Amino acid sequence: MQTEKRKERIDRGIKIRSDGIYALSSWREITYLIAPRFLLIGGLLAAPLLLHFFPYWQKVLLIICIYALLSMAFDFLANYVGLVCLGGSFFVGVGGYGAALLNKYLLLSPLISIPLAALFGAAFCTLLLLPCLPLRGVYFAIITLMYPLMMTRIIEAFELFGGTNGMMDIQGFGNPWIEQYFLVVATLVFLFALRRLSVEDLGLVIRGIKDNDQSVRASGINITFIKAQAIFYASFLGCFAGAYLAHVYMWAGLSMFALDFSIIPIAATVVGGGGSLLGAVLGAILLVPLSEVLRAFGPLRIVVYSLILTVVIVIKGEGLLNYLSRKYHQFERWVEI
Amino acid sequence: MEILIYGIVNSFKLILIAFGFTLVYGTSRLPNFAHGAIFVFTGFVAWIMMHKLNLPFLPAALLSLACAALVGVVIYQFILKRIRGMNMNEIIATYAIGVALIETFRWLGFKGTTFTLPVVKEGVVFIADVPVDYQRLMVVAVGLVMLAAVWAFTKFTRTGRALRGIAQDERAAMMLGIDSDMTATLAMALGSALSGLAALMLFPLGSIVVEAGYNTLIFALAVCMVGGIGSWSGTVLAAFVLGFLQVVTVTYLATHFQMVVTLAAIIATLILKPSGFFGKHKELEERV
Repeated sequence: MQTEKRKERIDRGIKIRSDGIYALSSWREITYLIAPRFLLIGGLLAAPLLLHFFPYWQKVLLIICIYALLSMAFDFLANYVGLVCLGGSFFVGVGGYGAALLNKYLLLSPLISIPLAALFGAAFCTLLLLPCLPLRGVYFAIITLMYPLMMTRIIEAFELFGGTNGMMDIQGFGNPWIEQYFLVVATLVFLFALRRLSVEDLGLVIRGIKDNDQSVRASGINITFIKAQAIFYASFLGCFAGAYLAHVYMWAGLSMFALDFSIIPIAATVVGGGGSLLGAVLGAILLVPLSEVLRAFGPLRIVVYSLILTVVIVIKGEGLLNYLSRKYHQFERWVEI
Repeated sequence: MEILIYGIVNSFKLILIAFGFTLVYGTSRLPNFAHGAIFVFTGFVAWIMMHKLNLPFLPAALLSLACAALVGVVIYQFILKRIRGMNMNEIIATYAIGVALIETFRWLGFKGTTFTLPVVKEGVVFIADVPVDYQRLMVVAVGLVMLAAVWAFTKFTRTGRALRGIAQDERAAMMLGIDSDMTATLAMALGSALSGLAALMLFPLGSIVVEAGYNTLIFALAVCMVGGIGSWSGTVLAAFVLGFLQVVTVTYLATHFQMVVTLAAIIATLILKPSGFFGKHKELEERV
């Protein structure tokens, strides 16, 4: 009779040894801890330099960072707060129009108007989403999906801010190095800031709300206020991305509310693996260049892209980062039962 | 009077569009975001059969409905079956498949206004001095027949009852020997065929355009949300509310406000009464 076997996963020794900070005793262990982080930080910081001779791919890098920000916002809301938010393009649009208004009417330079637009935009988004905060699950997802569609139609119908033409002649960055490093550094700062936030006191409460909101409320914590704060942080990232985009394209228009900004970040989070924010960034780093490479397919690009996405979801539902980190931290072997 | 008649016609349009979606979600808890794509798909398949294979309307219609059902089955068997229960993944996967389907047709060159399906019967009839063409009457008639057929199917046949059983209590139904996968496949096939039926009835009113796929999905979602996801009577009621709302908007405001009203209805419903008119998800009412 054939013996049945099952796969067993065991933590690597080096992981156990380097778990406690005081136990670090060799360069090997330090490298084990630092290498993945260094790969990301160093890689992103070096990318503008390496891509110096490929201006086209420099632009792609910017798009990667934009989508990384949006994916982080989605991942943070979905896997830490428990609000599945399909309104990424709402944040982008609000931030974009905000930066355009600040730049055109108050004549602020990009480096000032982007943070300001992100701040005001985040406040605006939080205010508008406030009535929907009691909703959960698919319902919150669908209502946030409706917001950007609604904004598009309203701007179209009332011809606000230039109507369908959008707002033109917004000041650009001028210097390409500032343009790139501003966004790359901001992405890294936001990534690690959000990760830190999620282990602070506020982060613990936020994750508590995801697991059991009733018991958090029973502890005397105002959960609507906490959720609003979380929405504020996430929409800050989204609006930042939108404001930045407005200055890069020197234009703010209806296409900033396009569904792409809602859908691709979700795809990136699913492909990269949710729940760690890093996975979201990894997903963006993989998917955006992929969609650029697929331009070779011409009009079939979206088709191929969707098919790849479906296959990844069906085959690797857990997400790439979770898979990789499992391989990194654990080894597997077959044991007989 | 005009508003009344066209409101009813419009409501039946929405019923036709939304019923497939609500059937699948109601019985198997599967959000079929490829619904709009199947709608467009059926339209084009019927067109190909009539103009390339020179089939008469009726066989072409039946064959394209069969194709739509087949697509539903394939989507379930190869994709949804493997990721069932993971909500977000289900939505993304079906949406991605839908987009792939729609964009394939765009790539094949199916765009513009040259693709039309024939109406069943030409001509106009006057009801209380309002001209209504036969196709619009057909929409109402087919809508009524479909409602009756689905009602009878789920009430009196063994498979139909199995569907309802799974919808009411999946575990208990499975204990009684109802195969969850089988009913889900069946629901997908039925839902897709109903979407195809809607396409065959509605495309003759205009021309077949790929963008209809996305709009159809939004309308179907709107009706299902307002009516309460998975509730059939709610779907019908919501279709009437939204149908009349749209006609009134078009009459008194302008055409491009139609979408605003639809979306506003979804937002208002979700904020005021998240489970919709007759929604069964009472836990959603529990505010936090």
